[in-house]
Amino acid sequence: MALLEVAALSKEFDGLRALDGVSFTAEGGEILGIIGPNGAGKTTLFNLISGIYPSSAGEINFQGKSILGMKTHQISGLGIGRTFQIVRPFQNLDVETNVLVAFGHRFYPSLWKSTGPFRQPEIVKEVQKLIERAGLGPYAKQIAKSLPLGFKKRLEIARALALNPRLLLLDEPSAGLRFEESAQLMELIRQVRDQGIGVLLIEHNMQVVMDLCKRIVVLDHGSKIAEGSPEEIRSNPLVIQAYLGKEV
Amino acid sequence: MLAHSLNIITGHAGQISLGHAAFFGIGAYTSAMLYTGAGFPFWISVPMAAVVAGVVGALLGIPCLRVRDDFLAITTMGINFVVEAIFLYIPFFGGAMGIGGINLPKWFGREMTKPEYFILILAVFFLLILLDRRTGRSWIGLAWASIREDEQAAGAMGVDVVRFKVLAFILGSAIAGLAGGFYAHFLTFIMPQNFGFGQSIAVLSMVVFGGIGTRWGPIIGAIILGILPEVSRPIMEYRILIYGVLLLAMMRFQPGGLLGSESILPKVFRRTAYRLSSSE
Repeated sequence: MALLEVAALSKEFDGLRALDGVSFTAEGGEILGIIGPNGAGKTTLFNLISGIYPSSAGEINFQGKSILGMKTHQISGLGIGRTFQIVRPFQNLDVETNVLVAFGHRFYPSLWKSTGPFRQPEIVKEVQKLIERAGLGPYAKQIAKSLPLGFKKRLEIARALALNPRLLLLDEPSAGLRFEESAQLMELIRQVRDQGIGVLLIEHNMQVVMDLCKRIVVLDHGSKIAEGSPEEIRSNPLVIQAYLGKEV
Repeated sequence: MLAHSLNIITGHAGQISLGHAAFFGIGAYTSAMLYTGAGFPFWISVPMAAVVAGVVGALLGIPCLRVRDDFLAITTMGINFVVEAIFLYIPFFGGAMGIGGINLPKWFGREMTKPEYFILILAVFFLLILLDRRTGRSWIGLAWASIREDEQAAGAMGVDVVRFKVLAFILGSAIAGLAGGFYAHFLTFIMPQNFGFGQSIAVLSMVVFGGIGTRWGPIIGAIILGILPEVSRPIMEYRILIYGVLLLAMMRFQPGGLLGSESILPKVFRRTAYRLSSSE
């Protein structure tokens, strides 16, 4: 049974087909790259999986169960964490509190439990471990908006990991980062994979994708045009055409 | 107290409400009618005011919170007008004449004096502040903070956005209702005009003035803006004008309010504290 199974998934925005019958599967402990030109529907796909938009047609199964029609918070509670293309940490909270929010899913469902104080020693300890792992240890008490972009991106990953996810959706983690920053981030993503968590990675930097992923799905104009190993994708005429245009 | 209750909705959970006086009014009317009409004692009518305002808040909050930001502001404004109109035009609520004959509560077999009543209000208010402190440190407070910062990201982190927004609305409305109940017994006479849109704006001003989302800010704002009209009685005609200029100045120079994190007051305070500690 696949960790995530997407079948014939479609999404229309007022007649515009953003996603058209896309199918693929993802496994735990694997980084699946999702690439395609701008407007191919990659981020839409993430928003459908994480329940931010309702889908128009198709199936999404997570660990064998359909998550279609579930609310965002239910899906994240099941163990699908995500980051955003444009980073969205809780800007005015410090790093530690940012991560703490994600720990709340154990408490939020019960009104009584959620009246308890959120700064409990054992949870704070876990939070510190996550922050440490993301390389943000010295910045735990800093307000999120004062961090440089690379740190914000790592904070988002740490926050998503706090959900204790089985699957992580990363939307362009390396965009806007300097080479070293991006290299550190990739190392973090590798560690996450080695932990057995499945990773869906949207990425424009081909170097990064080819490096990290064993398998790649290519989207163009909302449809899947190719799937395979980095070598297969690199030599696939359809993919080259999508990126570079048709030869005249 | 009313300013404080709005702070829960707008300050903590980041939802703008321009109709807060409506819940204040609902509380005041509930309490007044239970007291004068049904003959319930003060000690029952006022808590009932909180309950009724909270329930109405929940019923109105659920559809309202589907819209955001500007639309939420306009919708809540609409609620305020509707509630005021209901009080004004339905004879059951006393119409334009309002409801009179509401007395101060009794205890130890006699009627409370005004100072005693004031102390009672302060005591209740103190309890509410404690409650607020506790809530702020709880998972509920954290969930509210995350919603205020970024609703979508909060959802992606497992926060049930709708539920916590409605909860803030209920709690805020209930406390506004409680305040309304106390208010009715204080004035001994209420009419619809007390709970109009102007009142909502005044309350929002208090919160903004004192510092949105801070614990003591709304209280300071309420004290200053509450006393100001009394002090400035000689220049009555210009009162609203001064009010407006004051708010404009706040927006321009201290957008976080008097006690907001960007404000000079806490900064000066911290600096003095630092100087005191370093001089030792």
